Amino acid sequence: MCHICGTHEWTITHFGLRSLLPENVEVIAGPGCPVCIVPAAEIDEAIQLAKKGATITCFGDVLRVPGSDSSLIDAKANGADVRIVYAVSDAVAMAKQEPNKEFVFHAVGFETTAPTTAVEALGDLPKNFSFLVSHRLIPPAMELLLGVGDLEISGFIAPGHVSAIIGLKPYELFTRVYRMPTVVAGFEPVDVLMGIYMILKQVSENTARLENEYSRVVKPEGNPKAQELMNQAFNVTAGNWRGIGRLPESALQLKPTLAHLDAREKFNVHIQQGKDILLGCECHLVVIGKIKPDECPMFMKACTPAKPIGACMVSSEGTCRVWAKNVAVQT
Amino acid sequence: MTLNGDKANVDFGQGVLRDVNVTLVNVKEGQYVLVHAGYAIQVLEEDEALETLSLWKDLLAAGE
Repeated sequence: MCHICGTHEWTITHFGLRSLLPENVEVIAGPGCPVCIVPAAEIDEAIQLAKKGATITCFGDVLRVPGSDSSLIDAKANGADVRIVYAVSDAVAMAKQEPNKEFVFHAVGFETTAPTTAVEALGDLPKNFSFLVSHRLIPPAMELLLGVGDLEISGFIAPGHVSAIIGLKPYELFTRVYRMPTVVAGFEPVDVLMGIYMILKQVSENTARLENEYSRVVKPEGNPKAQELMNQAFNVTAGNWRGIGRLPESALQLKPTLAHLDAREKFNVHIQQGKDILLGCECHLVVIGKIKPDECPMFMKACTPAKPIGACMVSSEGTCRVWAKNVAVQT
Repeated sequence: MTLNGDKANVDFGQGVLRDVNVTLVNVKEGQYVLVHAGYAIQVLEEDEALETLSLWKDLLAAGE
């Protein structure tokens, strides 16, 4: 079975849950790290915006993600103004305090984070603020995994906090069309184990149902207010995923009415192609669960948390990083 | 949690307080919220929130 969430991978690895499972049950990590799948071209765009003099604000994970030739932290070392924020609202507050500077927020994240960008995009923004939107959507990535022939997935553990926003409906496709048991699960070890159990029960009964293990947070309808704001702020469009390629209806783009908030338009920065995969790096196979981190020849040799090469080692939600930090509990 | 317009001062436990944006939820003072990147994304029932907090306390204690 496959989960699609960096935090699920953390729980599973940190608490050694794989060692508790029978040999014929394997849990693999799908593309659940929002930072890992941002294509190099979009990091290159952020770097170019910084070079044009804009202050780039981003979440901490984004800072070291490799672009084609360098990362935002390299740009910072070379004098660019790049700042880590805890929330997009912090970036807006900075822009208000320093009205003479242009601020760009690099908006990275899945459906959990996209509504926070929407709140600000639809709110009262200062003129010196714009967004570089790299938001992506989870269900299209799950659908892609079903097309990867030799993965042999027999169930999905759907991500808890994405589901808190989108609700259960977007997953109906997987049970109805693909006959794939799908269980939304929370993030404590008992949640994940319960999710695995619920999938196994379905497999043994030869059924495919959509179930919600995380009902204390995930309501069937999700968070309608957040969905409404996302719909107001964004159009759904095709998007590139690092290591995966272009997926239809998988990315968010600011609506034409908000184009003045789009940093790509405001500063005329449009980079179509980047170098996503560095020589020897196998992030593109790790990210879709085809190989485990320790099957990459660079894992913990050339590529470590202190000196990451691939995006999966950079982010705290990246599968390689999670494995590297919790190696003692691996079996 | 105390409210002030679209901001709420949320107690993250053991005295850690931070302002959180509550635009995405309908929430009243004293309720529990799930916070992601500075924004409350869901309101939790009190008994379920307390159960979650106690699970976390157990985990943290086990990790020490």
